[in-house]
Amino acid sequence: MNVLGQQLVNGLFIGGVYALFAVGYTLVFGVLDILNLAHAAVFTLGGLMALWLVQNAGLTIWTAFPLAVLFAGLLGLVLDQVAFKPLRRRPDTYFSGLISSIAMAIIFESLAMGVFGAHNSRFPAGTVPVVIWRLGGITITLLQVEILAAVVLMMVALTQLLKRARVGKAIRAVAENQHAARLLGINVDGIIAFTFFLSSALGGAAGILFGLYFDALSPDMGRPIELKGLAVIVLGGMGSVPGAILGGLAFGLSEVLTVAISGTSNLRDAVAFTLLFGIMLVRPSGLLGRGRLREA
Amino acid sequence: MLEVSGLCVSYGSVEAVRDLSLKVAAGSVVSLIGPNGAGKTTTLNALSGVVPVHGGRIMLEGRDITRLSSHQRVAAGVVQVPEGRLVLAGMSVRENLELGAYCRPRQDIPADIARMEERFPVLGQRREGLAGSLSGGEQQMLAMARGLMAHPKLLLLDEPSLGLAPLVVKMIFDLVLELKSQGQTILLVEQNVFQSLAVSDYAYVIENGSIVLEGPAAKLAADPAVARAYLGQAGPSASAPITGR
Repeated sequence: MNVLGQQLVNGLFIGGVYALFAVGYTLVFGVLDILNLAHAAVFTLGGLMALWLVQNAGLTIWTAFPLAVLFAGLLGLVLDQVAFKPLRRRPDTYFSGLISSIAMAIIFESLAMGVFGAHNSRFPAGTVPVVIWRLGGITITLLQVEILAAVVLMMVALTQLLKRARVGKAIRAVAENQHAARLLGINVDGIIAFTFFLSSALGGAAGILFGLYFDALSPDMGRPIELKGLAVIVLGGMGSVPGAILGGLAFGLSEVLTVAISGTSNLRDAVAFTLLFGIMLVRPSGLLGRGRLREA
Repeated sequence: MLEVSGLCVSYGSVEAVRDLSLKVAAGSVVSLIGPNGAGKTTTLNALSGVVPVHGGRIMLEGRDITRLSSHQRVAAGVVQVPEGRLVLAGMSVRENLELGAYCRPRQDIPADIARMEERFPVLGQRREGLAGSLSGGEQQMLAMARGLMAHPKLLLLDEPSLGLAPLVVKMIFDLVLELKSQGQTILLVEQNVFQSLAVSDYAYVIENGSIVLEGPAAKLAADPAVARAYLGQAGPSASAPITGR
C-alpha cells in the first residue's frame, strides 16, 4: 500500500511537469492550429541555461530559474519570427510551419550540444536543500513540494491571465478568429509573438523542474518528453489548457502506477500510450474536447 | 472625413478592386451597392487594412492611412462591423464588448459598456452568456455595439441585415438612422438596396471592382438603371427585395 501511495505521489510530481510542458504545446496549437515541434528543444535549453547560470555564473536557483524562464521565452520569440511568421501567409502554413519548427529544434539542440557539451550533467549538490519528510511511510522531499508549488502557481497564473487580463482575452480572440481580431484593432502578430513567449517560457520552466527532479540534464533530454507532450495534449483535447493539465497528470500517474503494479519499468511507456488509444476510442476529441482555450 | 482615390486590390492575379475612388463626408451615411462579387467587402477590408492595397490612397480627415496596419486603423477611427457578424462565439457577451474597446483607454470601458447595455437591453440581460448562444439578430446587435465600443470616426457596416428577420432588419436600419442623427459617419454595404438608399445621403454603385454610378441616394433610388441592375442581380426569388417603393 505504501509503495502504491509513494508512486501516486511521485506520479503527481512528474505529471505536473508533463502538464507544464504540454500546456505550452497546447497554447500555441490553440492559437495557431500549428504544432511547434521545437517546444522540446526549448524545454532542453531552458534546463541547460538554468544549470549554466547556477554552475558558471554562480547564481542561486531562485535567481537562475526566472532568468532561464525568460531566456526560454525569448527563444519562443525567435521561433515565431524565424520559423513561423515568414510562412504565415502561405496556403501550406500548417505543414511548412511544422517542418520549419523541426528544423529549429535541430538547430537549438545542436547549439545546446556545442555550448553545453554532449554529456549528462547535473545541478551542483546543494542547489536545492535536501529536506525529506516521511508521512506514514510515504516520502516527500522539499524539492517535490517546490516543484508542485511552481507548477500550480504557473498554471493558476496562466489560467487567470487567459480569463481576465486584456492580453489574455486578446489571445482567445485571436485563437477564435484572426480576421475578427484584426477588425477589433488587436495587433494579431504581436499577440501571436506573445503567445510563443508564454508557451516557451512554460516549456523552459518545465525543463528546469525536470532537470532538478531527475537530477540529470543533457542536450537530448527533450526527446522522450516531446512525444509524451504530444500524447498529453491529444489525451486532454487539442488546444485545451485545462485538458493539458489533466492529461499531464493522467499520463504521469499511469506511468508510475504501471511501474508499481508490474514491478518493472519495461511496460511504462507502452501502458501510457495504450491509455491514450483507449481514451481516444471513448472520447475521440480528448478528455476536454477542443477549443476550450477560447472559453478559458 | 474619408477620401479614397485610385484604390486597387488584387488577390493573386485577380483584380478585385480597380481604380476605385469615393468620398464620405463627415456626419453622412454613404451606401456602396452592387452585385455579389463586385468588390464591396474587398473595398471595406482594404479600408480596414486587412487586405493588401496595391495602389491608391486612403485619407482619413486629411491624414494618409494607406500604409497603416489594421490595428492602427482601428485606433485611427476606422471600425468595421463585418459581414456575418463574426462575434467571438466562445466568449461572453461582455468580453466581446470589452474587446470592441481594445484600442480605448481602460478607464472608459465600464461606462461605455453600461451605455451599450442600455441601448441594447438584451446584451445586458445576456451579459455572461456566450455570444454564440445569441440569436442571429442579437448577434448583429452585439456586433454593432462592439463596433461602437471603439468610438469610430467612420463606421463601416458590411451587410448588417443579411439573413435576419424583417423585424430585426427594421431595427438595424432604425439604428443606422439613430446613429446618423447623432452625427456618426457611416459607410454602408447592403444587398437590401432600397432600404439602404432610404437611410443614405449619397451612394456609389460598384461593378467588377469599379464605381460605375454615383449620386445622391434619393436620385439613385429613382434611377431605373439601379432598379434594373439590382433586380437583375437578385432575381425574382431572392429574399425580400421589394420594399414598397
